[in-house]
Amino acid sequence: MTETDRVSLAGRLSDQLWRWPTLLVVLLIAPPALWLGIIYLGSLFALLAQSFFSIDEFSGLIRYEFTLSTYAELFRPSNFDIIVRTVAMAASVTLASAIIAFPVAYYAARYARGRWKALFYLGVMLPLWSSYLVKVYSWKLILAKEGILSWLFQTLHLTGLLEAYLSIPVLGGNSLSVSWTGTFLVFVYVWLPFMILPIQASLERVPVSMLEASGDLGANPGQTFRHVLLPLALPGLIAGSIFTFSLTLGDYIIPQIVGTSARMIGQAVYQFQGTAGNIPLAAAFAVVPILIMGVYLYIAKRQGAFDAL
Amino acid sequence: MTPAVRFRGVSRHFGEVRAVDNVDLDVAPGEFFAMLGPSGSGKTTCLRLIAGFERPTSGSIEIFGEPSTNIPPYRRPVNTVFQDYALFPHLNVTDNVAFGLMVAGVGKAEREQEAQKTLELVALPGFGDRKPSQLSGGQRQRVALARALVNKPKVLLLDEPLGALDLKLREQMQEELKSLQRKLGITFIFVTHDQGEALSMADRVAVFDHGRIQQVGTPEDIYDRPQTPFVADFVGSSNVLSPQLAERLAGVRAHASLRPESIRLDAGGHAATVVTRNFLGAATRLTLDLDGEKVSVLLPKGADVPATGDRVHISWDADALHVMDTRND
Repeated sequence: MTETDRVSLAGRLSDQLWRWPTLLVVLLIAPPALWLGIIYLGSLFALLAQSFFSIDEFSGLIRYEFTLSTYAELFRPSNFDIIVRTVAMAASVTLASAIIAFPVAYYAARYARGRWKALFYLGVMLPLWSSYLVKVYSWKLILAKEGILSWLFQTLHLTGLLEAYLSIPVLGGNSLSVSWTGTFLVFVYVWLPFMILPIQASLERVPVSMLEASGDLGANPGQTFRHVLLPLALPGLIAGSIFTFSLTLGDYIIPQIVGTSARMIGQAVYQFQGTAGNIPLAAAFAVVPILIMGVYLYIAKRQGAFDAL
Repeated sequence: MTPAVRFRGVSRHFGEVRAVDNVDLDVAPGEFFAMLGPSGSGKTTCLRLIAGFERPTSGSIEIFGEPSTNIPPYRRPVNTVFQDYALFPHLNVTDNVAFGLMVAGVGKAEREQEAQKTLELVALPGFGDRKPSQLSGGQRQRVALARALVNKPKVLLLDEPLGALDLKLREQMQEELKSLQRKLGITFIFVTHDQGEALSMADRVAVFDHGRIQQVGTPEDIYDRPQTPFVADFVGSSNVLSPQLAERLAGVRAHASLRPESIRLDAGGHAATVVTRNFLGAATRLTLDLDGEKVSVLLPKGADVPATGDRVHISWDADALHVMDTRND
């Protein structure tokens, strides 16, 4: 009797897996790969394929013939405005989030220890635990004409300042809650954790001696930031900006609740595939953020953003 | 002559821990100075105080006569070779070496030429385009050295510079560092826990323990005339004899140091019992029981080695037994 005759079926199975580690890897990866490949990417490609069809203007039915005319429609002024507006919003939200997130992430990575670190994670994650809709509606109340923000300006006798700001074209409006500034503030609030965490993770990996070496070689704090800290944190910054940028590009709820009546890409997609029944144009709009992100990542790579990885 | 580095009553406390405790120190210009001690003895903190990464809790530090306590690292005429080298991973070797010149505003062509020259000085030409991740440990060390030297510092600080290298490379770098220091005439201060390294490279050695300097002197001083039991034990693992035994052997009631290699096995002399014996290659180490105290003996290769349990007689030259200062007990 050999050693293997005495072990159970489960035991023999694990012995087999030990002998063929490749089999184990295949078993582990196959279900998620199928999910990712068929259900996730498959439906995405099905959607994208729609963008190469067009809609019959008279009957409102989809013509299943290859055409680029739907893409041409994106360049109509009313549609192109939506794209420009959305990209400008996404870019400014990303920039503002990065500026706010960096010091927070730097503090957490360099100085926070033990309980303070736990508090940092709690502070960053806590807003993510509550419903996104609740947060957005709360902001609508905060920013409303009779909201707490105007009350604060009034109490500080700064109402004039707020009104002067609201009278600025494009940025301002009747009140903050129906202005682009309001949309911008809510976006920054909602996406900020997605910027802080990747930056913090990348700063965590920068050894203190790296910063000391920079100072030791004569770099003042500004130079150390520009030549050492920023390049080493860039992968985290890029990762964070992918989140904030793409989430802003695709969101259709925030601009609907807080902001002006002018639409963003997400709202356009929502309306074209819903009430308007124009699936091809909706699909073409959905391709825009994907293309923009692709170009963005390509440029980032060319600029060496991932060299420190 | 103004000392290159002067400490006066310098302490650095981290909460309750006295990492550096009331240290006075003078390092002469052009000197190759070693700070030797076990980990946690305060030697690295002293180095970081000179570089400016730490500020003293009390006391004053001068670098070439300039009070430096309130000067940030980037304004000090010192450069550091870090223990982990701390090369910038996103820059190639040339840009790493030229970093100090770049932040000082030196033009691109000139600083790259300087970097090239310095890389030749540390015997690493032709590697300028590589990234640090593509270099071996020894090569990284040379880049770290070049990156510090290119700025022509008045004092070069080296934190365990050879700690990460294997034995062969370490011995080679010891030679190179020494000749480099002689050639450049820059004050080198280096931190090490390896007594062999300190003794072989340095002009003078400061031995640290518990944040205090136990002894400063030439390698011969430290080795032959240790002032405290700690120095005797840490440098060369000397036998530290208790005052009672020293009184019986030498007539002075104080701690005494007796080097294992200066003990001979003779027919006459003091009787002892062999407890253990270890073959070390070039020598054999015996542990003897001498009147109830453990004493190590190092026998050179070729000598007759007694067996465990044997009764032997030992003797030594009169000046081999060094009676230590009793102040630091």
